[in-house]
Formats: sequence, structure tokens, C-alpha cells
Amino acid sequence: MERRDLLKMIAMLTGSVVIGSEFLLSGCKNSESSNNRIFSNKDIAFLDEVAETILPATTSPGAKEAAVGAFIGVMVNDCYTEKDQQIFHEGLKTLEIACKKEFNKGFLQANSEQRTKLLIGLDKEAKEYQKTKKKDDPTHYFTMIKQLTLFGFFTSKPGSTQALRHISVPGKYDGSFPYQKGDRAWAE
Amino acid sequence: MADNKFDAIVIGSGISGGWAAKELTQKGLKVLMLERGRNIEHIKDYVNASKELWEFPHRGNKTQKLIDQYSPVKRDKPSNEITNDFWVKDKECPYNEIKPFSWWRGYQVGGRSLTWGRHCYRWNKWDFEANLKESIAIDWPLRYDDLAPWYAYVERFIGIQGSREGLEVLPDGEYLPAIEMNVAEKYIAAGIKSHYQGTRHMFIGRTANITQPRPEQGRVNCQYRNRCERGCPFGAYFSTQSATLPAALATGNLTLRPFSIVRRILYDKDRQRASGVEILDAESNKTYQYTSKIIFVNASAFNSAWILMNSATDIWPGGLGSSSGELGCNVMDHHSLVGASGIIEGFEDKYEYGRRPTGIYVPRFRNIYNDRRDYIRGFGYQGAASRQGWSRKISELSIGAGFKEDLTEPGNWAIGLTGFGEMLPYHENRITLNKDKKDEWGLPILNIDVEMKENEKKMRTDMMEDAKEMLEAAGLKNVSVFDRGYQPGMGIHEMGTARMGRDPRKSVLNGNNQVWDAKNVFVTDGACMTSASCVNPSLSYMALTARAADFAVKELKKGNL
Repeated sequence: MERRDLLKMIAMLTGSVVIGSEFLLSGCKNSESSNNRIFSNKDIAFLDEVAETILPATTSPGAKEAAVGAFIGVMVNDCYTEKDQQIFHEGLKTLEIACKKEFNKGFLQANSEQRTKLLIGLDKEAKEYQKTKKKDDPTHYFTMIKQLTLFGFFTSKPGSTQALRHISVPGKYDGSFPYQKGDRAWAE
Repeated sequence: MADNKFDAIVIGSGISGGWAAKELTQKGLKVLMLERGRNIEHIKDYVNASKELWEFPHRGNKTQKLIDQYSPVKRDKPSNEITNDFWVKDKECPYNEIKPFSWWRGYQVGGRSLTWGRHCYRWNKWDFEANLKESIAIDWPLRYDDLAPWYAYVERFIGIQGSREGLEVLPDGEYLPAIEMNVAEKYIAAGIKSHYQGTRHMFIGRTANITQPRPEQGRVNCQYRNRCERGCPFGAYFSTQSATLPAALATGNLTLRPFSIVRRILYDKDRQRASGVEILDAESNKTYQYTSKIIFVNASAFNSAWILMNSATDIWPGGLGSSSGELGCNVMDHHSLVGASGIIEGFEDKYEYGRRPTGIYVPRFRNIYNDRRDYIRGFGYQGAASRQGWSRKISELSIGAGFKEDLTEPGNWAIGLTGFGEMLPYHENRITLNKDKKDEWGLPILNIDVEMKENEKKMRTDMMEDAKEMLEAAGLKNVSVFDRGYQPGMGIHEMGTARMGRDPRKSVLNGNNQVWDAKNVFVTDGACMTSASCVNPSLSYMALTARAADFAVKELKKGNL
């Protein structure tokens, strides 16, 4: 039986670092279920800004327009284990504290250069951590944010249809379709 | 005819049950088809078929709630937010794993024909002879030539796209025009052919997707959406709903009864024949009996054996067909989740248009002709090449506008090959009735006790290393191997629990799929398999079903049943 869709394929080819496809592949590793941590509107707005810094509006819409903040809230609530939910929520606080420490103001008050600088630092920290962590150690909170941002954006309607290309009913297959640098990738 | 009296009863409405119903009704028999789950109406009930990914709240991911419902088989994953309605929730239909076994069931009209992988391969002549030649288990009671005309018969009706390759190891069938390999796959196929001097092959996977319209079946050709597992609104892939059920209904001879859990086959010991079945209505919990001249058992390998084990227990404590001691034994699957993947350099000016519902296939090359390994039998590969998408750079150190723009373009071409290996029939790999635990209908659940043994484990090393070697031979860089930890059942090809044979002391069924102990009972799903080959099994189940139905009706007319 065939169960090898493209997402699975991508995940296989890129290794298991991809949390987006890790969900798609195996769900979460823990069956404890609890949705008692609620994201406030403020949290969602905060996540929107963090996501927008990772994937900003360019010639195509950014993460905020794709409502990635709200999507991240849904995913963390419904698909994360309680333990991962806790790490995620703590992580948002840690991010805010790091921002205050570096720029003397919160993330929402920081300008876009400051936001970018902060997140580049966190990205580096997360990557170092993920590289050296033991198998059962938790995922770094910024890795969670980044993965959910990319997954949320590129599977959203604006992400799929404006940043990428999507045709619902292709009607034919061409395995040698012309491509020029700059042409957008197909969604999904 | 009284409303509880039929010429034939077909238990199960999946890929083989649909064929039994079609063949028997078209031959003029009044048929009752029983399905334990709910009805799924073609097109109308494919509720997710035309949704876009962003319309699903979790974009296809499993929620913790879903994982909990599907426990204990949360460890693997054909079901997700999009397809879970077509898969049984284990919490509702429990079973007992003596060793880990992933039992993926589809309790609905159409069964797993709605979600199947659609790959259709004929067995070769060696597959039918191997048990005898290698003294494994028992000999098949039929040979390739016995089944070949029935392969052709079902292929013509199903509609299979594929290429004719002229290979002894994977006999050609009757195909619709093939979907093409993409530019990267053609390159790799040519590299493999040249390196192995024509002894290894890669070509398009032969699947039950129609590439030409079939107005007479109400089916439109494939639209390259690759959403098959949601149910196809175009009827472009073969399923009970898209093909066999409408054909059976068109005869006016079919009665379909969903929510009908067969509790036992009724056995008339004076006539040594089955007289009908007793069912439990899954909605009302009421018991009903139906009588018929013949019965086709197509409930899927484990449930077909379960029904036999629960029948005629006053005569045989182990149930109908247990006199050989083989009922429920010899469970096989295809072991998989092992292979290699790599990056293909070049072809940056090429891409794909459309989403193909198939990939490539590499037929078996081990232990045929002069090749000899430290294990017996062999394996094939499935896979596909495609350009990498946005997820390729998640782990890279970057954020911001440039990062985003980079991800909106496709990455390199990459390919993965996953092996599917033959598992031998071992008597001790078996299912039994659990006398202590009952399901919500008060019926005994199954114990499943199945494991891989040395032959499979040795084969897996080759499945991994051969994939790597072939991709490297084709010129790929950065080839890496993987073994994601297969456990029995994950192939979703469980079979062998009521095997065919030549001797009633060693097999449950004879060469015409008749239960030795009740000749008007035919088992033609995966339960009947005497060995497993390494190719996807559904086409063989369908061919065996059509053959047995033809035999059954002839015997009925002769008065032999």
C-alpha cells in the first residue's frame, strides 16, 4: 500500500529535524493530552510579530497576513504534548526577557532591526542546542516557533497561492516541465 | 425469494468482496453483501476530497486527541486529520498485541479499497513455485498459468496505468497508457540499467489510476491531484465504490447491508455445508440470520479467520476450517520502511507539473537467475524523485526576507527508494481468539503474535545497502540509508491466516479457495495466501476472487454445492 506523499518524502530527504513534517509523520511522541494552556489575543499578536520577523511580507504576503500566530496557537494547543506546551509557553517568556535584556524594551516595542537581530541570535542558539542535545532532551523553544512558522505559512492560503504556486486540479502531468530561476515552487 | 434468503452471501465489501459481489451478481445470483461498518456513498461521502490543506484546522496533522483514539498504533501513520474517517479507531475495536502489530482496518463500505496504495503487480511463476522448491511451508495448489487469464480479466476492468517491460520477474499485464517518469527518474533509471547491464530495472509504478476516461463506468481519467486516499470525486482510481459496486448494483441482483457484523457462519453438519450467516446489527444490536447456497468470506485476512474461528465450534472447537491446525497461522506481511535517499545534481531547468498518483518501481533482482544471497526470496523498491520544497531549509541558520524568497523556489531534485520485502510463512506467527477480552458487542477480540525472523532481518541489510549502491551507481551524491523500524502490520498487507493448499491436513482452503470442511464457503481475501511474494498483493486477491467466483457458479450449476 502506498503511503508516501510528498510531505513525507520531503521529511525523509531532509532528515527528522523538521517538526512540521515530524507531526505529519508520527504525530507527537506522547499521548498525554491537555489543552488547558490558553493563548490570549496578546499572545497571538506577539506570535504574529515573531513569525513576521522570520517570514516577512516581501513581494508576497508575510506570516502575519497568513495568520500564522493564530495557527501556532491551535497547533500548540491541540498537537503538542503537555510537556512541549510548557516548553513553548515558557519560551515565549524567555524570548521577551531576552529582548528586554538586549534592547531594554519588549519585542512588540522593538523596531524591526532589533527584532531581526534578536531572532538571528536565538536561531543560532537553538541550532547549537539542537545539535548537541541528547535524544530525549526537549526541543528548543525557538526551533518550535520557527518550524511552526514555516509550516503554518507555507500551508496557509496566502503562503500556498501567493508565496508559492498552487493548482487544485492540474489535469495533466509533465515530468519535464520547464523551470526558470525565480519561478515559484508548487505548494504541497 | 424471502427477504432473508439469497443465492450467495459476500462477507465484506473491500477490494475482494467488491469483486465477489460483481462476479456473482453478473452471473445471475441474488447476492447479499454484508459490511460491518457504515455506508460510504461514492463521491457524496468523500467529504475531504476537494478541500485544500489550509481548510483543515491542523493542516493534516494529528491532534493529541486523534493519537489517543488511535492508540495503540499511534506509532505509525496512514491516518491523519484528512483520512482518519476511513481508518478504525483502535479504542473502539481493540486487539491484543502479544508482539507489536499495527493492524490498520477500514470498517466501511469499500473497506481499504478507498485508501489502498493502488500498486498492481502480477506475481511471477517463481513466486508460486518457491515454497515447493525451497521446502518452505506448503506448496501452492496453483501456478502462474492458472492465474494469468484471471489477472488479465481483472486488469481490463480495473484500469491500470503502466508500461510493458518484458520481464520474467514481473510479468506484464494489460495496461492503460503509462504515466511518465520525471526527468530525474529517467536519468536514474538509465544509470541503473547501464551499471547493472540490464539486470536491474526502474520504471513507473503500475497503479490502478485510469489515464483514459471510462464513460461506461462513469469514471473520469486521473486529474493529477494526488488526493486518492480521500476518495476520488472523478472515480479515477479503482475502488469498490468507483467500479465493482456500481457494476454489481446495475444487475439488480445485489443487496448491500452496512452495519452488519458477522458473528458466525451457520453450518449444517448433515450436509457438511454452510447454510448461511448470523449477524449482529451494529446499530440496533439485534441478531439476524440470512441463508444462502454459497458464502464468500472477504472480511480481510484477520477478520475472515476470526469469522471461521467463531463458526461451527460445536463440531470443531477451533472453528470452521480448523481441522488442519493451520487456521489463523502463517501470518505474513511485507516488511518495509528501509532504503536510501539521495540528492540529484542538475536538471535545475526542469520541474514537474501536476501531482502524480504513483512513483517508480524497481522489481526484485535478488535470488533470481544466478544471484544467491544468505537469505531466500527478495524485495522490490518503490519511491519517487521530486524537487525539494520549503522544508529543506528549516534547520538552516536564517530568517528574514532573503530566507523567505529562497524558500519560495524549489530546491534540488532528490529521490528516495523504500524496499518492500517478502516475509516467509511461519506456523507460529498467528492470530488466536482471546477468550477473556470482548469488544463492545461482546465478541472475542484477537490476539496477534507475529514477528520477523532471521530471513527477513538479513534481507533488510540488502534492502538498505542495495538502494544506496544503486543510487550511487546512477551518479548521485549525498546518498544516505535509513531504517525507520518496521514492525509487522505496517506494510498493511496482512495475509496467510487461512492458506490454500493441496492437502486438507495442512491447509484451510483447497486450490479453488473452498474451505476443505465446507465446500460452499470460499475465502478469497489475503487470508488465502500460501506465501507472500514481495509485490503488492491486492491484484492477486482480485484475480483469485474472480477465478473462485467463476468456479463456484459452475459448481453450483452442476449441483455440487
